[in-house]
Amino acid sequence: MDMPLPKLQIGDAIEAVIDYFTINFAFITRAVSDLMETGIDVLVDAMLFFPAWVMILVFSGLAWWMTRRPRVGIFTLVGLLLIWNLELWEPTVSTIALVLIATVIAVAIGLPIGIAAALYGGLNRVIMPILDFMQTMPAFVYLIPAIPFFGLGPVSAIFSTVIFAMPPAIRLTCLGIQQVPKDLVEAADSFGANRMQKLFKLQLPLATPTIMAGINQTIMLSLSMVVIAAMIGAKGLGGEVWKAIQRFEPGDGFEAGLGVVIIAMVLDRMTQRFGTKKKT
Amino acid sequence: MPPQIKVENVYKVFGRDAGRAVRMIEEGLGKEEIMQKTRLAVGVSDASFEVEKGELLVVMGLSGSGKSTLLRCINRLIEPTAGKIYIDDVDITQLSEKELLALRAKKFGMVFQRFALLPHRTVLQNTEFGLEIQRVPVAEREQKARNALELVGLKGWEDNYPEQLSGGMQQRVGLARALAIDPDILLMDEAFSALDPLIRREMQDELLALQSRVHKTILFITHDLDEALKIGDRIVMMKDGRIVQIGTPEEILTEPATPYVEKFVEDVNLAKVLTAGSIMHKASAVTFPKDGPKTALHKMKEIGISNILVVDTDRRLIGQVSADGAIQLARKNVPSLESIIQRDVPTVHPEERINEVFAEEKFPVAVVDEKNRLKGLIIRGAVLAALAEKRSS
Repeated sequence: MDMPLPKLQIGDAIEAVIDYFTINFAFITRAVSDLMETGIDVLVDAMLFFPAWVMILVFSGLAWWMTRRPRVGIFTLVGLLLIWNLELWEPTVSTIALVLIATVIAVAIGLPIGIAAALYGGLNRVIMPILDFMQTMPAFVYLIPAIPFFGLGPVSAIFSTVIFAMPPAIRLTCLGIQQVPKDLVEAADSFGANRMQKLFKLQLPLATPTIMAGINQTIMLSLSMVVIAAMIGAKGLGGEVWKAIQRFEPGDGFEAGLGVVIIAMVLDRMTQRFGTKKKT
Repeated sequence: MPPQIKVENVYKVFGRDAGRAVRMIEEGLGKEEIMQKTRLAVGVSDASFEVEKGELLVVMGLSGSGKSTLLRCINRLIEPTAGKIYIDDVDITQLSEKELLALRAKKFGMVFQRFALLPHRTVLQNTEFGLEIQRVPVAEREQKARNALELVGLKGWEDNYPEQLSGGMQQRVGLARALAIDPDILLMDEAFSALDPLIRREMQDELLALQSRVHKTILFITHDLDEALKIGDRIVMMKDGRIVQIGTPEEILTEPATPYVEKFVEDVNLAKVLTAGSIMHKASAVTFPKDGPKTALHKMKEIGISNILVVDTDRRLIGQVSADGAIQLARKNVPSLESIIQRDVPTVHPEERINEVFAEEKFPVAVVDEKNRLKGLIIRGAVLAALAEKRSS
């Protein structure tokens, strides 16, 4: 039975806002879209310019170097070789490119917001509920408004991915700075350090492991969203899965899914220990 | 010359509408009452004192006495609610934020209870911190930091990380970091309290040795009276945010201003600070070599002692005779004490400290001056009695 009160027109209101932005600002978002699409293409083409085995060796070496663990390097090598063997190299590269770009944007926006939230209590109280909202709203919902702004394709995917993946970067940056021991902040104060000196000489260095954990989470969320974003025309492994769904090819779907799993594990292992202190 | 630090009627009340609490303090209400009535916490109330250049002033009180708050008011890490603080005649409560940061960077070196070293920096980089804040050129700050580390005995540890060092060594880094900026004033907040007793004493000795070379104005916070007595030129005693007494260690011990201080002082091993001269008894009973054993015995009996000191006519100490020996002489009818004088009497100079006297163990101990003239004597039982007497007077 319907409620006797008339329905609140929340949906209409949101639509009106989105329409307004689409009509008045679409020329900007479309320009951004074109620019970014070019950027994505360049990145993907660059990675595909080299033979697959060269890139696989480069990635494996990078994984080894970043973690200082040969095991991670070997796992990366085997995993990527399997992906190549499954003839999924091209979509994998495009997925990696999307994740990379979305992560860079999310961190570039999220880090300053996180810092500001840590330093200004008032801002913190405003931002945290918004982050809760961003994280709990079903990810698919972000896909819808992305389309009128950026059109079908990878840019829309990146837009919704950034929104979905940014909260942990903000949250953990904020947390990391707040967790810097009070007596260290006091020590910096006692030597006459100003806000910026405290931030760069004390708070950010000490918050680095926590911030890196946030970036790690952002990367993982980016990956999951990039896959979902295949529904609005992002290519890559998600696109392969989406194709398999539409054609009911469970085998192909599983293979593409396996590719996602491998990429997720590689990215996770590579970035997990990034923030921890290296000591001789 | 103006005092280096002058604190005038400083109050610190935590919470909103702090002025109300200040008025209540002025009306004579205590910390507890104000807390009950207004929910405001009084940190410091009506503190006034001065610190001279080159002086080591200890602020001593139990936790919650407001000593750390008072210290932080002096470089405005905590804003005082009311009152004035002068550093070299400049009222720092009036400084702008920018001036304040410059003042902290130039004038103050602070040392913290829990060291507060930056874990991501090496010992050298930690020591350079203050200079870095002042934007001192790299080469110069490295040189100054190395000098400071050498001063605290950490040469060779420059490239280690704090966590690789023991507590005592970490605090040396803390001290070097403060000294590296060559501040006029060192603020030391329970600087040695986190160290184990042996290291703590060692650090106290080293601080004193260091101070005799660098002559900084030092404000040292502690809850340990032994520490205060050992290192302080003067001591500020605090209780419930108020200063209850200011004085030299000797004054605090011998003339406690309030029952609170007195009670505090009771727990202290007084022997550590009192000198032989200040507790000796007047040697009213002495005997002379020409005296016969019966005279000597009579004098001993009179004041109830078993040994008596023998002096010459200029009161120069010759030795002592025991009652036992005198009795035997008396039985044999020997008229002179000469044959039984023991010449190895333990002696002390009046300036000597009591703990060293106690180590002698043989009593009585004669107190003699440079010319071996007898000034007084210390008897085992009388030592403690004298101390107790002094305290209650």
